Amino acid sequence: MKLLPSPLVCRDAVELVSDYLDGTLSRRQRRRLEKHLAQCDACTAYLDQMRSTIAASGRVGPEDLPSDVVEGLVNLYRRFRSDN
Amino acid sequence: MDDAELLESLLGGNESSFTELVRRYHSTLVKVARYYVASAASAEDVAQDTWIAVLKGIEKFEGRSSFKTWLLRICANRARTSGVREHRSIPVDANESGPSVAAHRFDQGGFWSEPPVPFTDAIDSRLDNATLLNSVRDAIEALDEPQQAVVTLRDVEGLSTQEVATLLGLSEANVRVILHRGRARVREIVEEAVKGKI
Ligand SMILES: [Zn+2]
Repeated sequence: MKLLPSPLVCRDAVELVSDYLDGTLSRRQRRRLEKHLAQCDACTAYLDQMRSTIAASGRVGPEDLPSDVVEGLVNLYRRFRSDN
Repeated sequence: MDDAELLESLLGGNESSFTELVRRYHSTLVKVARYYVASAASAEDVAQDTWIAVLKGIEKFEGRSSFKTWLLRICANRARTSGVREHRSIPVDANESGPSVAAHRFDQGGFWSEPPVPFTDAIDSRLDNATLLNSVRDAIEALDEPQQAVVTLRDVEGLSTQEVATLLGLSEANVRVILHRGRARVREIVEEAVKGKI
């Protein structure tokens, strides 16, 4: 007889979400999580939040650099050009 | 213009292409450097040296990797050397053993007592996308190392887990654990920010 994996509780389910979204869970862990998600709206909401967070991270774009940092680097560039 | 076009134009001596590449990548270089070196000032120095190395090496860049990968490798190698010179120890993940979600959000059985609300609901009805992006940016800024470097490289710059592992001298398994904690922390900070706006 094959032992069924014990069902997940929410506290443990959230620890699997990042690897789940990256596709790096073992098949067994993925099945356990999907089984839990199918009947848990709260963890599904958590998964959605995590998905939105990761998607937004990819769209934040570069920070605005302080103008003195940009100026300093442009001066560096000009010095380099005049020396070479 | 994409990176390759900017590089081409930089080779032609176009200063504004240099400025654009700086705007795109300087802050990421500083974060990668900060992972290895002892202070913010020292990280800024490493990032600056990286740009000089780029200008010196640009004609030898063969385009076998992307410009981004090449740039980040130069930066990581220089930062590693500086870090060793400064006797800086590589930061370990302070949250490694902590939970992803605060314990009080669950009941004794481990089920949610304070369940999350999807951001998309809050955003569609009351917030615009810019608010989410700003919260996420602030949250990533607030992360400690090594989470900040890992989340920036993986989720902001879109590098693979393997590339992040190589740049930071970590195993892929370690990158995944740190990424998991970092993302959970970003989600938590964003959730607080979104809640405040509803
Ligand atoms: Zn659940």
